[in-house]
Amino acid sequence: MPRLSDTMEEGAINTWHKHPGDTVAAGEVLVEIETDKAVMEYEAYQDGVLAEILVQEGENADIGAPIALLDDGSGGPAAPASPRAESTERTAAPPEPSAPAAAQIPAATVAGPSAPVPAAETVNGGSRQLASPLVRKLARENHLDLSHVTGSGPGGRIIRADINGLLATAPSAAAQSPSVSSVSSVPSVYSSASVPAAPAVAAVPAVTPGAAAEADETRGTRGVPMSQVRRVIARRLAASAREIPHFYVTAVADAQDLMDLRVALNDQLTPAGRAKVSVNDLLIRACALALREHPDVNVSYGGDSSGVLLVHDRINVGVAVAAESGLIVPVIRDADTKTVSQLGAEARKLVSLAAERKLTPAQTSGGTFTISNLGMYGVEHFTALINPPESAILAVGATTREPAVVGDTLAPRYRLRYTLSVDHRVIDGALAAKFLKTLTSLIEHPWMIVA
Amino acid sequence: MTIMTYRQALHDTLRAEMLRDERVFLMGEEIGVFEGSYKITAGLLKEFGDKRVRDTPIAEEGFAGAAIGAAMLGLRPVIEMMTINFSMLALDQIINHAAKIYGMFGGQARVPLVIRTPGGGGQQLGATHSQNIELFYAFVPGMKVVAPSTPADAKALLLAAIRDDDPVLFLENLGLYNTKGDVPDADAPAEIGRASVTRPGNDLTLIGYSRMAHVASEVAASLAASDGLDIEVVDLRSLRPLDRATLVESVKKTHAAVVLEDDWLTYGIGAEVAASISDGAFDYLDAPVRRVAMAEVPMPYAKPLETAALPSRDDVIGAIRQTLAAVGRRAPRPAAANGVAQ
Repeated sequence: MPRLSDTMEEGAINTWHKHPGDTVAAGEVLVEIETDKAVMEYEAYQDGVLAEILVQEGENADIGAPIALLDDGSGGPAAPASPRAESTERTAAPPEPSAPAAAQIPAATVAGPSAPVPAAETVNGGSRQLASPLVRKLARENHLDLSHVTGSGPGGRIIRADINGLLATAPSAAAQSPSVSSVSSVPSVYSSASVPAAPAVAAVPAVTPGAAAEADETRGTRGVPMSQVRRVIARRLAASAREIPHFYVTAVADAQDLMDLRVALNDQLTPAGRAKVSVNDLLIRACALALREHPDVNVSYGGDSSGVLLVHDRINVGVAVAAESGLIVPVIRDADTKTVSQLGAEARKLVSLAAERKLTPAQTSGGTFTISNLGMYGVEHFTALINPPESAILAVGATTREPAVVGDTLAPRYRLRYTLSVDHRVIDGALAAKFLKTLTSLIEHPWMIVA
Repeated sequence: MTIMTYRQALHDTLRAEMLRDERVFLMGEEIGVFEGSYKITAGLLKEFGDKRVRDTPIAEEGFAGAAIGAAMLGLRPVIEMMTINFSMLALDQIINHAAKIYGMFGGQARVPLVIRTPGGGGQQLGATHSQNIELFYAFVPGMKVVAPSTPADAKALLLAAIRDDDPVLFLENLGLYNTKGDVPDADAPAEIGRASVTRPGNDLTLIGYSRMAHVASEVAASLAASDGLDIEVVDLRSLRPLDRATLVESVKKTHAAVVLEDDWLTYGIGAEVAASISDGAFDYLDAPVRRVAMAEVPMPYAKPLETAALPSRDDVIGAIRQTLAAVGRRAPRPAAANGVAQ
């Protein structure tokens, strides 16, 4: 099971395009895999004949678990001990790269501490475990046991990225500074949280074990398998609520000028044949500008053991989208460098891709801040859960006309309420308040948003 | 600081050195009346006269030998081999004499000789006139080989080569003569044997020299803009001595390296660089060192074939992506900054 997105921990086989005995050429679509974010086609990376399918359509597999066997079609010696996970255990050994007759679909990632493989086990008869020199050195220095690690490098080589999790828990891990070079490589404390792998979704819902199995007649309950997307939402947001000490700061802005500006802009844009801008487009840019003014908000907590605050120089704003399959957050990169029209166009495209489940992993990763807007449903205001590894999320309510004090009189004005949820580990109340003050000022002086 | 071409930097430095030290003189084919096949010596015959700017017959072995003799007796000859391909006619003089005299004869004479010569293909000059055979000289103890990639280094390394007491092969490149850059006005020779980190980075070390150092910088800048990649670029500048310490230090930081060379892959300069990294930074490598070199064919004359044979920017980018994929950076290209989707 390949890793097809940064947050993916397991995938479901959607459709096999090839069947046992079929000839497969490198580059041909082998299988469609449902990840936490999308259904993606996965291409064969080398020629061969599909010998055996190990994970059937509708079944799940952890990253790194073999999902099929390719061989050269010679009908030669059977694939080495079909590593199908009869139990929930997974094979710890990387594929044997020199075995010509059976190349496994490449494995991907750390088995992690949750995979209970006996330490003494060397699955493929004591053959050398492939690991990069860097990994071998780090393993020596940190007393890591690599026998539990599945390599995601070429030929199953264990690479540095595969042992990040182990290093984080190793006694002397403090010496290893995490990579801060790229937003997308920010280790998510959530994706590495050792949530036990869920049992494979049963084909027949009625036999699903656990709470649903206690389906009782008094409540007329039945179990319905959750989609991959739903399960990831459940896991990640539970982790967010459990591990991030959230606090909330709410503000209200006079949005009259913002609404007027929007009308004025659209009056010019529409005759010119250009797309209208929305309040949300203006808010995306306002948030990006506020983040630029308060870079301390554009950060991630590096994890308890790292002692590092990850400061992001790029401002990548995620926009929460209520897709049919569930919540998804496509990311607009470098939002602070784009005009309102560009942001609007990009947001529209991402939303429509989300609806079609065609977002690529690149389009749903690398965010540094998220906006969740439920204004269109008329909610006054609400609070949102932070989307890790980000440190703040803005929950936006509806823009409504209500009585406001203007000077000494009451007047009907458009007003907008919004709540910033903040990770208190890295952002204090005063900073959150200052950020909101900047944001409010931008909304109340909206020409500054487009200036 | 003055902006000038690589060609101008070479010309101005030659002239300045001839003004500074009257022992410095030039020899070569067509360098005087014709002012040099690539016009590096333009105007110098007129200014310095034919005693110091000597047009020679088409006889590389002859004028190389004459220059070696002159150097042994106290002059500081700078000879021009019209292209590095023609220097093969003088291999015996250069390798068996220039490189060995100091060591073989107990240090009785030094050979402060500079051999200026351009390498490089891409000009449709055919298989025998498009080679990159600096390796022949970098292979030989007793020689020094420098390969500037920028106008500033053209000046600094030429100053250093002329003032060095050993024979120096000074590798120029046909594709670099018209490139422009800042050149310091100061008289500041480079230290021969010192590579330069021309762009610091953390994701991968990209190593090149001469034209490929130039390509490396361009690719690193373009991948930084398109993909946010943080690539460190090392310009070798000197092939012998080779600055292994700088290579090793860089790879210890980035854990991955791609080596670029215009010559052939097998037994090439990149092989030595890769071996040096494996030797000095073995415990820091997270992926094998990858090399990008010319196709293993005699250079074709036909333009499309010549272009295909030379290492391209796409080849370099492909090698970088493969290496980054091997260390776990598999994410597809992020959307470009203008928001174009995949």
